Amino acid sequence: MNPINLDYISSNPLLPEVKNAMIEAIKKDYGNPSSAHQLGEEAAVEIKNAREKVAKLITASPDEIIFTSCGTESNNHAIKGAAFAKKDKGKHVITSDIEHNSVLKPIRTLRTLGYDTTSVSVDQFGRVKPDDVLKAIRDDTVLISIMHANNEIGTIQPIKEIAQIAREKKITIHCDAVSSVGVVPIDVHDLGIDLLSFAANQFNGPSGVGGLYIRKGTSLWPLLDGGGQENKRRGGTENLIGIIGMGMASEITLKEMDSRIKHLKRIKERLTNGFKENIDDIIFNGHPEYSLPNLISLSIKYIEGESIVLMLDEENIAVATKSACASGSLRASHVLIAIGRDYADAQGTLVITYGRDTTENDIDRFLEVLKKTVDTLRKMSPLYQKK
Amino acid sequence: MYSKTVMDHFKNPRNVGEIQGADGVGEVGNPICGDMMKITIKVANDSIKDIKFLTFGCGAAIAVSSMVTEMAKGKTLDEAKKISKESVAQALEDLPMNKLHCSNLGADALHMAIKDYENHKAGKVKEQQDTTEGYHCYTEEASGRCPYCDSEMHTGEKACALCGRKIEIKLSM
Repeated sequence: MNPINLDYISSNPLLPEVKNAMIEAIKKDYGNPSSAHQLGEEAAVEIKNAREKVAKLITASPDEIIFTSCGTESNNHAIKGAAFAKKDKGKHVITSDIEHNSVLKPIRTLRTLGYDTTSVSVDQFGRVKPDDVLKAIRDDTVLISIMHANNEIGTIQPIKEIAQIAREKKITIHCDAVSSVGVVPIDVHDLGIDLLSFAANQFNGPSGVGGLYIRKGTSLWPLLDGGGQENKRRGGTENLIGIIGMGMASEITLKEMDSRIKHLKRIKERLTNGFKENIDDIIFNGHPEYSLPNLISLSIKYIEGESIVLMLDEENIAVATKSACASGSLRASHVLIAIGRDYADAQGTLVITYGRDTTENDIDRFLEVLKKTVDTLRKMSPLYQKK
Repeated sequence: MYSKTVMDHFKNPRNVGEIQGADGVGEVGNPICGDMMKITIKVANDSIKDIKFLTFGCGAAIAVSSMVTEMAKGKTLDEAKKISKESVAQALEDLPMNKLHCSNLGADALHMAIKDYENHKAGKVKEQQDTTEGYHCYTEEASGRCPYCDSEMHTGEKACALCGRKIEIKLSM
């Protein structure tokens, strides 16, 4: 059986054009973009071209983009950099209950350094109320960080309204858009944010490259101090091969975005209907309307996620779960708990993500195998027997 | 991640089900840490004549339940009491570090079922089993953090100091 990948969010397959561009770059043996000789100049031109393509993807100006190694670095840079730059103004940071760990952990680090933090709660669909952010603002608030779309349940936040509040109060606003950039249209000017994180492996680009949009005039300490690359904003010799790949992925993604979204919505509908028709006792997580088109989070009652993933893996189908056992930390997903899922249901949650190459046949086969898997595991479950 | 033996027991679990009118029932675990096991036994001549399991849990949990019931079936009660989390893990050709607590649960469920049978035989009232909400088991790795707000907790604490939620942390390794 052909392998079916329904865990795109962990890593997208590279577009053929991206692979070619990277292979050609490897063969070329570019120099270091910071060198003053010809070898370096050629490399610098490649980076410049890639930067322009990436900037177009989010309607930014190229000099507002820096390249990082991943979404996590972008988030760490934005949060620590913005907080430290404004430390004399205040030490209060606002975030939400459902951020990714690469936002929550830097904020935890800030706490150990004497910062105060407020985490805004979300409703049952995972949405933040702009009013709650407003209420949380204090005189010493220096940073607000709210993600654009959640990577576990797909809910999209009212960023434009939240950013407007931040602008009025003159507070730096960061948006973790790692799950959104390359999937849905993002216009940084329309959103009105100061900082925006993204990563190439979410839109058919290579892992190991990400980016941070830094609005002109935003105060920000570097995360990586060093050789002055990226216009003194991020030290370190650039991942040229990866950046070239990211540039190519950005260009193609922008061109194809509309047709991709149509396809993704069709797949989502087929999956949703398939789940409802074939499996009882399920819960869809996330907002029915404000939601990523390429993600479904499904809680399947009475059974546990890792065992579902293993059984599907036996049939060459890859999906992801947010169960405690699978997370290695033995704690359930903070996102699912924040939206009100109880522990048992949170344990049986699958996160299904797909892309432009996912076919209807893939979905049908997945649904067929999933139904068998659920039946088998439920027969084994003490919770199902109790019901 | 898992050994061949674990995968075999996961894909082809032995003794799935529930014995009606069982002589002993052992229920352990809870949904908070994601593993629950129920073992039922039929005893004759001080031996485990039949044994079945129901499990809500990951691949390791299912494999452990299957292995534990296979190891215990047909054994005398004394022999079955000697089955430990180590012997189960060994029989499965080892489990990854963060799954060792699953093997603990398997052995616990078996011993609880045996104890339940012995209590019945002695005319004792059935012991209250600890499967209620709020019981969170942790391993050294997870280091006893509140599953709701992630602040540190200590063994024996009945409620989280920070968020106030009722929870009991017990060392499971």
